[in-house]
Amino acid sequence: MSEVSSIIADPGKRAAAPILVLLALGFAAPLFAVVAFSFMPPRTFGFWHEPTLANYLTIYTDNAYISLLWSLALASATVAILAVICYPIAYGLVWVFGRWSTVLTLLFTIPLFVSENIRLYGWVLFFIKSGVLPGTLKTLFGLETGDFLFTPAAILFGMVYVYLPFMLFPMTLGIAMVPNQMREAASDLGASRWQVFREVELPLSMPGIMIGSLLTFVLAVGALAESKVLGGQRIIPITHDIEIAFTYAQNWPLGAALAVLLMLVVSVLVIAVLRRFDLDQILGRR
Amino acid sequence: MTGTPEPILQLKRVRKEFGGLVAVDDIDLAIGEGEFFTIVGPSGSGKTTLIRMLAGMERPTSGDILLRGQRINDTPANERPTCMVFQSLALFPHRTVGENIEFALKIRNVDRSTREKRARLLMQLLHLPADYYGKNVTLCSGGERQRVALARALAFDPQILFFDEPLSAIDYKLRKTLEKELKDIHRETGKTFVYITHSLEEAMVMSDRIGVMRKGRLIQVGTPNEIYSAPRSRFVSEFMGDVNVIPVEKNGSGAVRSRSLGATFKPPPGPVEDRSQCLVVRPEFLRFLNGPDEAANKLKGRLYNEYALGSRIQYQVRVGDQVFLVERLRQQPFKGSLDDEVLIGWDPENSILVSDE
Repeated sequence: MSEVSSIIADPGKRAAAPILVLLALGFAAPLFAVVAFSFMPPRTFGFWHEPTLANYLTIYTDNAYISLLWSLALASATVAILAVICYPIAYGLVWVFGRWSTVLTLLFTIPLFVSENIRLYGWVLFFIKSGVLPGTLKTLFGLETGDFLFTPAAILFGMVYVYLPFMLFPMTLGIAMVPNQMREAASDLGASRWQVFREVELPLSMPGIMIGSLLTFVLAVGALAESKVLGGQRIIPITHDIEIAFTYAQNWPLGAALAVLLMLVVSVLVIAVLRRFDLDQILGRR
Repeated sequence: MTGTPEPILQLKRVRKEFGGLVAVDDIDLAIGEGEFFTIVGPSGSGKTTLIRMLAGMERPTSGDILLRGQRINDTPANERPTCMVFQSLALFPHRTVGENIEFALKIRNVDRSTREKRARLLMQLLHLPADYYGKNVTLCSGGERQRVALARALAFDPQILFFDEPLSAIDYKLRKTLEKELKDIHRETGKTFVYITHSLEEAMVMSDRIGVMRKGRLIQVGTPNEIYSAPRSRFVSEFMGDVNVIPVEKNGSGAVRSRSLGATFKPPPGPVEDRSQCLVVRPEFLRFLNGPDEAANKLKGRLYNEYALGSRIQYQVRVGDQVFLVERLRQQPFKGSLDDEVLIGWDPENSILVSDE
């Protein structure tokens, strides 16, 4: 009771209370529910059973972890490919393209206004047998191509395509944060173009690269549409397993356990990366 | 400076245009070996463009830059034996003090122990505490950063050091200390320093010679004393600080006349040219007169205000709607009070005739 009265008395706590309640109900409670569900017996719908590790055992025995590995592998590959593709584009946006940068930024942004699924179906029309690409190749060059669609490569392509802006824009910010005089100073001190990049530009734009990579990784590990639409379910990512468990299979505890596993693995990875690259230190804030 | 030193850096009709805009307009200049040369000018005068061309960060549109007789127009900054201290200092925030100083040596593949030895020597020269070697450079104070930047520039033993207003963001007191320190370092190292600033006062303290820039041109080059006591134009004289400038014209009998004041003055000794010009009198050469016979040139005015400048006191005297500044040493007696009618005057030899540009 005294707790409540102290909250009412302190204006700061009083002002913070609504957002605290909102976060508790909207953010912590669902998370807690998912964790709790993962310890319930399979195929039950309630929190009032004896807690069990049966779901986690099922994941192990039924090889459900393979889909987790696929998700992690696809997400890692997406991040790696995006890092290589986006750095030159971001560099160009900041230093080379001048006023065309605005136009390019718009071109990269506008597709975000169209639903991801619709854009992916667009790619299906592009890649599908006798679609835009194979059809053109066949008509113009007489090239008989195999299947582009429904391959792991197509999934990867879709992920790279969908998550490109999420890598590009943090990276652009990161590169823009390196003052031009810093690059000039390095060059003036004798550094070649490559040395300026290695010694100054890359380390100083690292915060942008790291934020972009983490963002894309976390998003990509939760990707589902790409494997469904472009992959034809040739690869089953963990998100697909989770969806099946919650819907078709009506096995909420198993789905919850898979979700918890995914969250754990991603959190550990993210924390490890953030530990390794201290953003504050890179930014020189300490 | 005695005699004319061998020129280390020569500019021959160096010009830089951006679009149609002329930033640097055909500058000819020779800077001597070991000289402390300062280019002074207001913002937009082209001084930054000029020094960036000298350092190799801009390419001249036309003209030649010669380093010890070798044309270096097309040599990029990283291949020139010169180094610049930037206005922002541009220290690398992800590196320690030691790593910053050693940067140029690391680039040149100097081994670690030699590098550290050199860095520590420079830190000593620049009064940086030895335990700063491993310190994060972002934790250093403003003055310490200046020293780190200077040490970093000195590390690879460049032949010329360029300075792009590095002291402009520093508070007055520290700036005064650093100005003197910089001059000491110049003496200690014997290197050629080329410095740019918008403060002629700063230039006076440090330089062997000063070049005053305006609208892309060097309008006067000389020793601090020459610039101070013999400015050639109204612009240079006013750039120096508080001066009294009276636009005048030649008045037949070896005198000059101010139309706005309706008065005739005796000019300084020497020929008076026929063009429109200005009579410049520094406040310290203007004085209050007790009687009209005490000086050859005089004006009657009203004492409007006074400002204490430390060792001197400055007075604002209004003659009509024109303002004159008069200074006296604090210890000199003076009995006037505000709104008094006063007579001010100066000796012709203490005035300067300059072009009205």
